Formats: sequence, C-alpha cells, structure tokens
Amino acid sequence: MKFSLSWLKQYLDTDASIEQIAATLNAIGLEVEGIEDPAEKLEGFRVARVLTAARHPDADKLQVLSVDTGDGAPLQVVCGAPNARAGMIGVLGLPGAVVPANGMVLKKSAIRGVESNGMMCSTRELELGEDHDGIIELPEDAPIGTPFAQYHGADPVIDVAITPNRPDCMGLYGIARDLAAAGIGTLNPLPVEDMPGTFPCLVDVRTEDAEGCPAFYGRVIKGVKNGPSPQWLQDALKSAGQRPISALVDATNFIMLAFGRPAHAYDLAKLSGAVVARRAVEGETVVALNEKTYILDAEMTVIADDAGAHDIAGIMGGQHSGCGDDTADILLEIAYFDPTRIAKTGRKLNLTSDARGRFERGIDPQFLDTGMALLTGLIVKLCGGEVSEVVRAGAAPGTPKIVHFEPSLVEKLGGVTVNPGEQKRILESLGFSVVEGEGWAVTVPGWRPDVDGAPDIVEEIVRIHGLDKVESVPLPRAEGVALPTATPAQTLERRVRRAAAARGLQEAVTWSFLPEAPAQTFAEGELWVLANPISEDMKAMRPSLLPGLLMAARRNLDRGASALRLFEIGRRYLRGAGGASDERLALGLVLAGEKTPRGWATGKAAPFDAYDAKAEVVALLAEAGAPVDKLQVMGEAGPQFHPGQSATLRLGPKNVLARFGMLHPRIAKQFDIDGPVALAEIYLDAIPGRKGAAAFARTSYAPPALQAVTRDYAFLVPASLPAADLVRVVQGADKANIVAARLFDDFRGQGVPEGQKSLALEVTLQPLEKSYKDDDLKAISDKVTAAAAKLGAVLRG
Amino acid sequence: MDYAATGQEALSRIAGAHDLDTLESLRIEFLGKQGSISGLLKTLGKLDPEERKIEGPKIQGLRESVTEALAGRKDALETAALDARLAAETIDLSLPAPALPRGAVHPISQVMDELAEVFADLGFAVATGPEIEDDWHNFTALNMPESHPARAMHDTFYFPDKNDAGREMLLRTHTSPVQIRSMIETAKANPGGAPLRIVAPGRVYRSDSDATHTPMFHQIEGLVIDKGIHLGHLKWTLEAFLKAFFERDDIVLRLRPSYFPFTEPSIEVDVGYSSTGGRRVVGGSGDAPGHAWMEVLGSGMVNRHVIAAGNFDPDEWQGFAFGIGVDRLAMLKYGMDDLRAFFDGDVRWLSHYGFSALDVPTLSGGVGTPV
Repeated sequence: MKFSLSWLKQYLDTDASIEQIAATLNAIGLEVEGIEDPAEKLEGFRVARVLTAARHPDADKLQVLSVDTGDGAPLQVVCGAPNARAGMIGVLGLPGAVVPANGMVLKKSAIRGVESNGMMCSTRELELGEDHDGIIELPEDAPIGTPFAQYHGADPVIDVAITPNRPDCMGLYGIARDLAAAGIGTLNPLPVEDMPGTFPCLVDVRTEDAEGCPAFYGRVIKGVKNGPSPQWLQDALKSAGQRPISALVDATNFIMLAFGRPAHAYDLAKLSGAVVARRAVEGETVVALNEKTYILDAEMTVIADDAGAHDIAGIMGGQHSGCGDDTADILLEIAYFDPTRIAKTGRKLNLTSDARGRFERGIDPQFLDTGMALLTGLIVKLCGGEVSEVVRAGAAPGTPKIVHFEPSLVEKLGGVTVNPGEQKRILESLGFSVVEGEGWAVTVPGWRPDVDGAPDIVEEIVRIHGLDKVESVPLPRAEGVALPTATPAQTLERRVRRAAAARGLQEAVTWSFLPEAPAQTFAEGELWVLANPISEDMKAMRPSLLPGLLMAARRNLDRGASALRLFEIGRRYLRGAGGASDERLALGLVLAGEKTPRGWATGKAAPFDAYDAKAEVVALLAEAGAPVDKLQVMGEAGPQFHPGQSATLRLGPKNVLARFGMLHPRIAKQFDIDGPVALAEIYLDAIPGRKGAAAFARTSYAPPALQAVTRDYAFLVPASLPAADLVRVVQGADKANIVAARLFDDFRGQGVPEGQKSLALEVTLQPLEKSYKDDDLKAISDKVTAAAAKLGAVLRG
Repeated sequence: MDYAATGQEALSRIAGAHDLDTLESLRIEFLGKQGSISGLLKTLGKLDPEERKIEGPKIQGLRESVTEALAGRKDALETAALDARLAAETIDLSLPAPALPRGAVHPISQVMDELAEVFADLGFAVATGPEIEDDWHNFTALNMPESHPARAMHDTFYFPDKNDAGREMLLRTHTSPVQIRSMIETAKANPGGAPLRIVAPGRVYRSDSDATHTPMFHQIEGLVIDKGIHLGHLKWTLEAFLKAFFERDDIVLRLRPSYFPFTEPSIEVDVGYSSTGGRRVVGGSGDAPGHAWMEVLGSGMVNRHVIAAGNFDPDEWQGFAFGIGVDRLAMLKYGMDDLRAFFDGDVRWLSHYGFSALDVPTLSGGVGTPV
C-alpha cells in the first residue's frame, strides 16, 4: 500500500514528521517498506528566469538562452522548446542533475557549436505530468534560484506492507485511524455528503447468488462528462502506483485506495436489461479489463445482464461495459462478495487484482451505503450528472461481533500492565466500542474481520501501547535432574555424523528433491512426485541419499576434484501407511576418484574398491552401536550396484542395516561419471537402539592373567564359499577357548586344486584357569577342523 | 718380573684393532685358555707365597687393564659400526607423509547441534515431524483454514495425492506443524494438556528460488506451553537464545507487531547489528549510530485455536512459539554469503566452511567454533 504524505493528511490532522510517522507505523505493525522522497529525484533542478533568448546561429529550431539561476552570472543554455522566451520563469536542470524521466545525467556540453550549461525542462521530463509540448512555465512570483523540489512542494510517498489480517489498512483511511490511535494526530471524519437521488434507479439490480454475493447496491448517474481527472486525484493515484485513466475510472479506484472499498462503474449504454449477480454458467467466458479472456465455471460469481456476463464478480470488471470518454450515463456497483468465493475464484483463474485482494481478506459489510455516498459525491464533483436513488438487492451479512474481554488479560498474555482507562481509550480510538461491567463487552467494528477473540483485543492494546514496553521475564527453570533433551535417534545421528567426519568423510547437504529419472533409478516402490515442482530438476522426493550424492560427486569431478569422500545424513521419503509419508533416516556415502593419489612411495594412483565402502560401513555401524560381529554379509544390494561386488549387511535374515559395493557401470553412465565409484547406504533407523536408558554400569571385566596363544590353520574350501562363513564356524567351534578368528590369507593357484581356494586363519586361544598342555591344544584343533569340515573345508597338510 | 712391556704391547695392539674379528682374536691370544696372560696367571701357582704376593697383583693388574681395553675397544667399534649403518639409512624427511583425508561436518549440522545445545540449557527438548505433511497439520490446525489468504503466501509445494483421511499432501512450509504433533502426542498421556518446551529443527520448503531464497531451507521452531507464560517470557527466551548462540551480551531485540495466523498477538523480531567489511555483525541497538535493525524471526503467543487443535485446553494453557531460519543464522555467525552454496556439495566449499568432527558444541567449551 503506497500513498503520499499529503494524501494521508487529508484524513489525519497531524504535524508529525515523516520520520515520526514511519517509526510509528513500524511500531504498530504496519511495516514501512520504503519512503520515496521526490525531492531526491529533483535534486539539481532550480527555478530560473530566462533573461534573453536569441536564435541559435546554426539551427533554426534552437534558441540560445541566458538564464538567471539566482547566483550571480547568468548561464548560457541551448533550448529547443517553442515556448522558451525572454522573461519567462521555468525550471533549469544544472550539470550533474539526473533527468527523472530518462535517467540522463546533464552535463556542460556544446550543442551545434554553442556551449550549453544545463537544460530547461518539460513537465514530462520531471515526471510531473504528460506535457511535453514545451518547457514548464512558472508564475511570475516563483522565487528565482529556489530548488525546484522546494518550490513544487515535494510530497514523500510511504510504502507500507499490509499483513493479510488488515483489510481495513488496504484503504488509507484505516492507516490514518491506526496512526491517530497511536497518538499521531487526529482522525478527520469521513468526507461523506448526503446524495439523495432525484429519480428511481433506471436499472433492475438483483442478486441471484445470495451465497457469493449477499448484497448488491446500484445507482445510476445520468449526464456525466468523463475526461481526465484533476491533478490532485492523478497525484494521489500515482503515489499509489496506479495509472490515471479517466475521471470515472479514477474515482472508483480512489474510493478503493482511500477507503478500502472496491466499486465499479458501468457504461449504462452498454448494458441491456437487468443487472444481476449470479453464478457463472459452466464454460461461460468474460473478456476482462486486462483484455484477457477467462473461462468460468459454476462455482464462480459474475455480474451479468441480459446479453451475458460482464464482470468476474469482485475480481475484475469486463472490457465491454467499462467507461470510456464518451460515456454519458453510468451504473455504480457497490457489492459485498463472499471472501472464500473470491479467494477460490481468483486462485482458479490465477488472476490477482486490487479488488480481489480486498474482498478475499474481507471488507467492511457495514460500509455499503457510506461507500456509495463517497463514490457518488466524488463522481458528481468530477463529472457532474444527475443521481438516482440507490437500489439495494440483498443484505450484507452479519451483526457486529461482540467479544467478552477481561482487561487483566493484557498482563496475563501480553506481559505488560496497561491501565483499564488507557485500554478503553485505545480500543475506542480504533473504532471498537466498550461496555464496561464484570468483564467488558467489546463490539468489533465491521472493518476488523480479523478480531474474533479476547487475545485479538490484547494484541490491539499491546501494539498501540507499544511492544517496546514489554519487559523480559526469565522462563522458570525446569525442576529436577536435567534429562537428555535429544531423542536416542537424534543422539545416534549426531554421533554417526561426527564419526564419519572423523574418518575423513565430508558432509554434504543436498536437495530433498531430485529429477525424476535418477529418483526412479533408486526407487523402492512408488515415488513422491510434486504436482507443482519449481523445475524438472526438483520434482521427485529422494527415495535414497545416493542419487543426490552421485550428482554432487559428478559436479565435483567436473570441477576437477581428484578424490571424493562425500556423505550425507538425512531422510529418504517413502510411501507410508494411510497415504502418509514414511521418512527414514539414512546415511549415504560415495567414494569416487582416487583413493590414494600417485605418490613417491605408493606409485600409481589407486581407485576405491568395494572393501573401502565396507570399511566405512562397518566402522560407522560400530560407532552407531550396532552389533557388528553378529552382522551377516548377504546379497541383494540392489540393481544400482555391481552384481558381483556389492552386498548387504544384515542383522538376522530380514533386517538390512546397510548396503555397500561398487556402482553399476550402467548407473555410473546414467550419472555421467567415469571410473569406479564405491558407495554405501546405512539405514540408521534399522539399527537396534540401546537398551535401558540411564543405565551406566558396564558388565564387570578383568583382563585374564594368562597369556593368549595363537594357532594358524589353512583350509582348502570350495571357491564359492564366503570366507566369513568359515571364520564364523571356526570362531564358534570352541567358545570356551576361542576368543577370535581372523582370516589372513585367501589364495588360489599353484598347489590349490581347480574350483577351490585356500583360506588361512589365525585363531586366538585364551586360557582362563591354567596354561594349555599339548592335549588341550590338540582337542581344540580337532574341534576347529571338525567344525570347518561341515562346510567342506579340508585342513591343508 | 716386569710386565710393563707385555702390557704396553697388548694395549697398543688392542687399540690398533679395526674390526671386531681382530679384537676377538686378540682376546683369545691374551685371555683365552691358551692365552699369554692366562698363561702368566697359571705360573702364579708355582711361585712361593712371598713371591706370589708380589707377582700376583701385577699379573692381575695386567689382566684387568687388558680386559678393560678389550671392552672399551669393542664398544667403540660397535658404536662406529652403528653410526655407519644409521648414516646409510638416512631418508629425506621433506618427502610428504601419507596424508589422511580430512573430513568435515556441514555448517548446517554444526549450527543445528549448537542450537540444540543452547536450547537444552533452557530446558527445551528436540522434537521432529514429517516433511511430507498433510494440509491439516501444516495449515488448518494452525488456524489457516482452506482459502485462508495466508495459505497463498506460503508458496506451497503440493503432491497430487491425498492421504486416507482425504487431506491434501504437501511439503511442509514451516516447522510449525511439529507444534501440533507435539501437543497431540503430549495430550495423549496428559488429557487437556501439560507443560511443554520443545524445539523442532528441520527442513522446510517454499516454491521460491532467487539469490537469497532456496526452495529448501532449514528452520527451528520453538514452543513453550505452560500456565502464565506471556510475551515477557518470549522476549527473554529469544534474548537468552541469541546471546548464547552468538556468544555476545549486547544482543538487543526490537519487537514489532505482525501477523501470523497461528499466533495472537504476533510479533516480528528484529536484532540490532552493525556492518564491518561488508559483513553484518550482530550486536548493539539498531538505533545506535552505525547500526540498523535486521528482521530475524517471527513469533507470538500461540493462538487459542492452535492450542485447541493440539488437544490442549486453551482456557488452562497458554504459551509462545517462534520460528527462525537456521541457514541464515549460520550465515550470520560464520560469514557465508551465498545460500545456494550450502546445498551444492562442492568439496572446496565444504573444506573451507566445514567443521572438524571434534568441534562438538558444548556449554563448557563454548557452543561456537572460533576461527
């Protein structure tokens, strides 16, 4: 909402400075977004008298002027305006001034060989009007040498952001009312004149859509004379950012901007028969004032006559029946439209307008007659004409709201003490009426649809009283022992994140959305796909953290990064029960490029392999508290992975804690990545939680006194046997003595039969009570070989 | 007898031995079973006692000096050999050692941890909710019924889907639906309501993209419900939080009335700042010379309709809520100036702005990580 200071002062009697007004607007919740001071634009332009005017020696249409700027020697200025002549007073732009209309910086220059020290300006050049036929002519008494801004009376324009709860402030009068309540001046009464009709309204005005248009008031004015509106009105509209069109159109716009009351004027000659508010017929079209054609449906309200629909009711008038220069008789429309209907229609048609903005927020239903009187008065003043009686179809909704209010609530909720007398003063100055009693009965004015309860009343009092008067009061500390304020899942997330960073991985935060193709590649079931994505690249919610990381890896590789160790912890979005979303916390990691660069000690650069991914996964799972010794390495990492170099880690056959391996070359190609990529995903939500919160004592343990011994075993096994299976059975062969089994060699080749491999294990034995004797060791070894034999393993001689 | 000449000769030969083998053969020659000095010792037994008293110490002296000389020479030869070996083993330590990669924690995560730490001290627990929400939790329950004009201001991302309750599915536009979820959850165990202090950090989404807006960003929501909680408590909490977060005592807030459907009264909060080197530095009053105000968060007293939607009794319980942009807090504190870079994953940026795994925010060590 933009308005000039002088316009504001039509409704607010005040001597306050622009700074005071702006500060008060901010303090009461009408945020000032900017103040435009036209004086700044007119810097460098001065009132000046033309002393002499002589023809330019080399140009017929130019004159060489001698101009008095009030300080000493006259300046020589070349001018092409036909009305430039000796003795006149005009406006001179000095070198350095910027012409408002075109941004041109004036300088001292030679025009056809004659020096010119500035420019005499036209109205249009200074953006003060459309006139460009000649230079500005000022009256004889204009003081020579005065800055033109000062002479012209620069009128600053204030731009205020209006929150959606304040339709009343979408009219300048509402802003003036708030300022007056806050102690900035006095609110002038509405400039309403009694405008009795002298003949019955010539048009039958009806509403056939009581829901969408509960009230429709009409009135005819005969014999108007349309034309440009006067300067004061044009200035007001321009300060609001609107283009003046014609007196009739400008008058309706002015009433809307000044009082928040949208209205419409029809050219009576273009209407036929009754004018009716009704539902649109499905598929009915309207050519609106913006020259676009809209196709309507039966949920929308239109204003129509016998010939068809003219207006998209409450949103935009029709092109056909609008007023033009030759309009002689008009029908005025002042109606009340249902806010919800307007909002829905506007959204469906994707059509915004000043009227829509006001109707959908809710205009004052008690302001129909006053609005009509204000509009009639203005039009008659501007265009003359004879006024009919008002036809009132339907009735605006609602009896005034009355809110029960305890003045003590201001302190209880607002934390600030305001004495009841001041509370009452504030409310009354905002247009509320107060009946004191046990509790107060506060009647809400019709222009405040947002106020419907006691807390709203508190807000009104506190904002006008001043939020700066609210003192800080410490929040009472919670009693008792401080418990962890993060959930176990949150603690786990933080721990794993820092573990990953400590292992040399860099944390990325990537978009939750993906292009549909890569999302589909990693989809498990149906994806969440946005109906209105911001772009095709941000369309589907990620079902895995890997595609986003792969895309980040690609970007980095394109920028010349040689080694990438990226991870992210975040949600993946799956379909949940009941149509809800199922969001699961996961860690994704991508290892790409060189694991080790070429080096003086290591030779050639080495790429990452699947074991690198496994190492990260196992280490991070261990940090997350997962029982890593109990995990099984199984298949089915998914089609995104290299089928022979990928696996899942499971706790039991069903619970997949992680998957890891090499990226499938076909997927790498899809992501435009060359070279091998190792990657992994850990499902943090699948890791079993710690048992027993706040139980701190560990199981008791003392290191054994006797020294552990190791024994090596080499077995021949089928080449397809997973090594981990052999390790597991060996480790379990004699639980009383074997504390660890570690594989240290995997050999195929000479001495090992085709289809077999040799696996060598180092087994750690821990004596507890007494040292092993040869017999003991033999017995353990027998158990080891027997257990291994169950997998087809044969001890090598 | 005089053994001086024998001794002289032996010592000189030992001193002249240049390797351990020579030295060993000399030891055998002098002190071995058949050695010359061993032989002299054997002659002692044949002497009469008086003579033995004189000769004995002399021969023993000779033996000791030779033994000593042998040991000394051996030690010298071994040291020289070790020195020679070590000299041969010299390497160029200016060559680079194998480098361990340096990991990093993203600034968003770091600041989220800092916020959790600061709010834990104020007694706030961390709560979460889904990012793919339904329109009831995101709008209706927050006092934004269908066709409420404020809905249009949210630039919402919608899904074509409805859930089984017939609610439209969307990406949450703020962390405020967590207020509703937390209250409803609390009311299950405490019918009518109970004291509640939560912060809800997380991702939120708006269909908006330009130099200062990304369609995904991070917010932290705060909610305090209790009896007798008022605007003064809200002001104190925000001051305490911003002071602890920026580790400055001179944080000055300016409260301005505003409008959010889910709070009544609604307050927009500005913080005073000054600028140095093109960067904003939070602190001081915005009205002080060289200072200005910057809008940092929205807040207010929770609307009665919202409290009721959370299954709390609005006649008994009241409180405040606030929401603040985490990305912006991170930028203000740590001096990043491009929001879009947060979500690019550029490893150069992550190395520069990221944090060490060991920079865990703690109250005792300071929640922030200094340069």
